[in-house]
Amino acid sequence: MFDQSLSKTIFGRLTWESFPIHEPILIGTFAVVALLGLGIVGAVTKFKLWGWLWREWLTTVDHKKIGIMYMILGIVMLLRGFADALMMRLQQAMAFGGAEGYLNAHHYDQIFTAHGTIMIFFVAIPLIAGVINFVMPLQIGARDVAFPYLNSLAFWLTVAGAVLVMISLFVGEFSTAGWLNYVPVANLQNSPGTGPDYYLWALQIAGVGTTLSAINLVTTVIKMRAPGMTMMKMPVFTWTALCSQVLAIAIFPALTGAFAMLMLDRYLGMNFFTNDLGGNPMMYWNLVWIWGHPEVYVLVLPVFGIYSEITSTFSGKRLFGYSSMVYATVVITILSYLVWLHHFFTMGSGASVNSFFGIATMVIAIPTGAKIFNWLFTMYRGSIRFELPMMWVVAFMITFVVGGMTGVLLAVPPADFVLHNSLFLVAHFHNVIIGGVVFGLFAGMYYWFPKAFGFRLDPFWGKVSFWGWVIGYWVAWTPIYIVGLMGTTRRVRHFDDPSLQIWFIIAGIGALIILVGILAFVIQIAVSIINRDKLRDTTGDPWDGRTLEWSTSSPPPPYNFAFTPVVHELDAWYDMKQRGIARPASGFRKIHMPRNTGTGVVLGGLAIVLGFAMVWYIWWLAALAFAGVFAVAIGHSFNYDRDYYIPVDEVKREEQARTRLLAAGA
Amino acid sequence: MATKAKTRAKAAQASEAPLFYETGDHAAHPASPTLLGFWIYLMSDALLFASIFATFGVLGTSYAGGPTAREIFDLPLVALNTAILLVSSITYGFAMLAMERGAIRTVQAWLALTALLGMSFVGVELYEFGHLIAEGATPQRSGFLSAFFTLVGTHGAHVSFGIIWIGVMLVQVQKRGLIAENRRRLLCLSMFWHFLDVVWIGVFTYVYLLGMMR
Repeated sequence: MFDQSLSKTIFGRLTWESFPIHEPILIGTFAVVALLGLGIVGAVTKFKLWGWLWREWLTTVDHKKIGIMYMILGIVMLLRGFADALMMRLQQAMAFGGAEGYLNAHHYDQIFTAHGTIMIFFVAIPLIAGVINFVMPLQIGARDVAFPYLNSLAFWLTVAGAVLVMISLFVGEFSTAGWLNYVPVANLQNSPGTGPDYYLWALQIAGVGTTLSAINLVTTVIKMRAPGMTMMKMPVFTWTALCSQVLAIAIFPALTGAFAMLMLDRYLGMNFFTNDLGGNPMMYWNLVWIWGHPEVYVLVLPVFGIYSEITSTFSGKRLFGYSSMVYATVVITILSYLVWLHHFFTMGSGASVNSFFGIATMVIAIPTGAKIFNWLFTMYRGSIRFELPMMWVVAFMITFVVGGMTGVLLAVPPADFVLHNSLFLVAHFHNVIIGGVVFGLFAGMYYWFPKAFGFRLDPFWGKVSFWGWVIGYWVAWTPIYIVGLMGTTRRVRHFDDPSLQIWFIIAGIGALIILVGILAFVIQIAVSIINRDKLRDTTGDPWDGRTLEWSTSSPPPPYNFAFTPVVHELDAWYDMKQRGIARPASGFRKIHMPRNTGTGVVLGGLAIVLGFAMVWYIWWLAALAFAGVFAVAIGHSFNYDRDYYIPVDEVKREEQARTRLLAAGA
Repeated sequence: MATKAKTRAKAAQASEAPLFYETGDHAAHPASPTLLGFWIYLMSDALLFASIFATFGVLGTSYAGGPTAREIFDLPLVALNTAILLVSSITYGFAMLAMERGAIRTVQAWLALTALLGMSFVGVELYEFGHLIAEGATPQRSGFLSAFFTLVGTHGAHVSFGIIWIGVMLVQVQKRGLIAENRRRLLCLSMFWHFLDVVWIGVFTYVYLLGMMR
């Protein structure tokens, strides 16, 4: 008796049963992850890289390195999220009639929840944050973001959330309540386990990170632009990044509020979203979708910016309709806040409310359509170079338009009553997210990779990856559209009607083709690193770019620009090239830069401990971690020595090396 | 015509040989972006409150057979608390005036007084909460009470955080004086404190006054 209560005090509800040793799939996964982890730790130790890792990466406040770390996080989590996708495809291809498939219902529910959660919160958001972090300050001619330390903290909080989700794979369980952790399934009485708690803590911690990052990026765009860069001379990508991050600031509080109230329900027995004592589950749905729908635009707007930059560069033309592009972006930003209810027309708000939200949703198609035409007209009579980034743009335009049209279809309330929660809907949002966001992120990665690392990605494996993704997407999702239109619902583990099986087998083959695309991408990175000397970019401007990031070296020096550029035209770098302006080769000065700090990574670590302790009811540890967060944050505020000067000799050395490289290239 | 004017303008620009790189030192230290960034943070915080206000709006009459707003609110006590918080905003304002004059001791005195008023506010709120819970009007009792405790409690948690922040600033002003960093932090804290005042006015009218009329 005493032992039991003691162990409860020390370990909360964590017991030996919390470790899923009876699940062979999880044991296998754990073995692979543990071996990989040990391999990485061993390699870092063997080559004595810990100090380097700590000094150059973990404690860095350089926006470029933080951007690259966001990308690595996103790609690693993409592998996890895609493994979940393959498992679902396999289960649904197998489980017909008498066959039960290989996953039990509880496990299957966790997989579809984890897949959605990871793909949005720990793949798409970090990848978008990474691209914006890396590119935007370079595009506006800044040396770093407005709050470099906050940038590091935001990144490490995002990592902390991802780590908590990964821990839930091996200790306890994950939520089974869908990617937004829906009540009433996620209420304590229906899910007494740790799943929804892992979800809530992981996403609250990562959400704080995303909000801080958004505040930082918006302030950077407003305050740190190079002289002469008025709002209407900002590159389109910067515009879309600004709108996307403004939107993020406007919506994440609603999600934080909803999650916090669900936590109060689960931890303190309150009655916000319960079914009795005056709770209202639909309030949760409203709040999370006030976040959820605009979030789609938080992700897709920057990607529209990427497409704009690439279309313009590879068509060798100024972007068609720059100002209409900006206004379209702003209009989408505003409208996206007025459509959330279309996610649950079936709630029964009545005809007038549903009509309002239905029409508002359809109206979004107008500015989006304007953008598509702008890209087409930019290509029209341009001298188009079909390099990899441009191929992704074309694939996007074809794929995304179909997704947009099925979206308009779903926006019609009577149609939605039929299609609500069907696989047609699932196919629609995968169509816009893969065809829009993922394709765009790949386009952006190919486009800016040489800027980040100084060499291009291998084009052969890039093409394999491209065709794998594009063909795989269509083979995987066309059958899902079809069965969805026939009425098959989502989140189903087993089907009775054997005539549907063929469609799910085709979809599974499609997923395998996408797997080829993903593997080719990984191979491509390895091949490109091996052949980096052949793929080297010495000019800093491998694509004949138009915006300021191409005016500095690849990779850029820590201070980005030895001299702050002055902007006169929209395409500032193109303008400089046209006028034959060379960068000054002398007269360098020392450069004021922010100092590295380990506070961000320490706070991220404490956040993991706090989240884990709260999930398992280990109250003493939670209190300790909470106090630790406060102590470290306050302690950091007593450090006034936050900046330093890069000495002029170092700047000179760096810039003279670049002058030599440029001369050798010419 | 327009194109002609443009080309002429361009030619004029070219002849003046426009600057494309800033070689001077003047742009090295742009104005600090902190105040703008903090203002944006406050707006996001306002939206967090908005989501809780909205929830209170929906659940505000979900009594579930439990006590109603009219039965449990002690309006004179809340009015007193409102007065305390409003006065604390004035005292913070005096601290800022003293900061402009560079009077360190006066700044500290006004800050300490603000913190004391803040503590009284939180103390009265805790007393109110304790009283309600003792009466059986617990946060678990109904949707209305969950929303009430959460909305008022979130505001109270913010005030408590502000008090800790004032404490930190007292130490930092003592150690380093009114240097630029500390002035900036005091300005941010000032915005934070007044912001909580504004939110409280919302809570007082929307939760308490409107609750008494229902």
